[in-house]
Amino acid sequence: MTTLIETIVGVPAASRLGHALNARTEILRLSEAAHDAVLLPREPGGLSHGLRAALAARMCRHVGDEALTAHYDSYLAHSSDLDFAVLARPGGVCGDPLHDAMARHADLLTLSPRESTRQDIAALKAAGVSEADIVRLSELGAFVNYQLRVLAGLRLLKEIEA
Amino acid sequence: MSEVVHNFTSTIPTWSPYVTPVELASATPEQLAAMKVTPSNKGVSPYVLTLAHDPESLAVRSPLFNLIMYGKDGLSPAERELGALSASVVNRCIYCAAVHASRFINYSGRKEVVEEIFTDERDSTLEAREQALFNFATKLSTTPIEASADDARALGEAGLSELEQLDLVLSAAIFGWANRLMHTLGEPLVRPEAS
Repeated sequence: MTTLIETIVGVPAASRLGHALNARTEILRLSEAAHDAVLLPREPGGLSHGLRAALAARMCRHVGDEALTAHYDSYLAHSSDLDFAVLARPGGVCGDPLHDAMARHADLLTLSPRESTRQDIAALKAAGVSEADIVRLSELGAFVNYQLRVLAGLRLLKEIEA
Repeated sequence: MSEVVHNFTSTIPTWSPYVTPVELASATPEQLAAMKVTPSNKGVSPYVLTLAHDPESLAVRSPLFNLIMYGKDGLSPAERELGALSASVVNRCIYCAAVHASRFINYSGRKEVVEEIFTDERDSTLEAREQALFNFATKLSTTPIEASADDARALGEAGLSELEQLDLVLSAAIFGWANRLMHTLGEPLVRPEAS
């Protein structure tokens, strides 16, 4: 099975990078499983699949990854939560304090995680985000940033081999 | 109440979450499975108990993390730790930096590398191969992502094979994940016996 990461980067199987990826198939498979667990969980809590896709697309736009943005935009378009589409763009607000607080936190996790403090979690709680949803949101932001960096790194390794 | 650790150190602190961890006694079967709790393994850290609020993610992330950091062949264990440490310095995850600096020292015996990184952070001056690894891994960890083709070429010039280069991407990237949990969901506290 070809994973999302491999599809987006498009590494030729016969290249040196292709051989290296072939030695790491279990890592690629688990990365795909992580994507499913974070974007399409069986138990989404207060973060619907559509909201997750919108926030993922927003984080991808911050980093400027067009291919991964398009992937999450497509998830969003296929969800029934089009009210959240406005959150898929940096700066977009939906007017609902709970979801806008989540979007601000996704921004923080992507742009300046090093600046994060106890007050940022307190702000989520004050906006009504449950503790379990705080963890779910953190996993979403953390995973998308992992995926963005795997893709960026692989593109560079592919580029220098070409 | 212990004191919060604000500066990089290779002395491993404790970690205290900002959200209430799951209680082992009331954890669901799915949460217990994600935490790998078995009759012979009941020692679960506050960090894992916190992440157990999202058992689907935790159940996948743990084996992924272990494979990236401790899988066989490819990049050496010490250099995977250097990739982890590089990301942790950029993201200022004091706890992660302490754990992985300490492991780097255990594997390599090179305490001076950690001292240099903790002092000069992104301006560190290291030996050629370590410098190439550190530069690439730190630049992959920033937002926007600063790593360039020249930074990637420097890895090959420093002698890293394609597989080692891939392992470095993965070890830095998985700490882009881990740092965003550990640094944002809680804080490092001085370990009582060390204070």
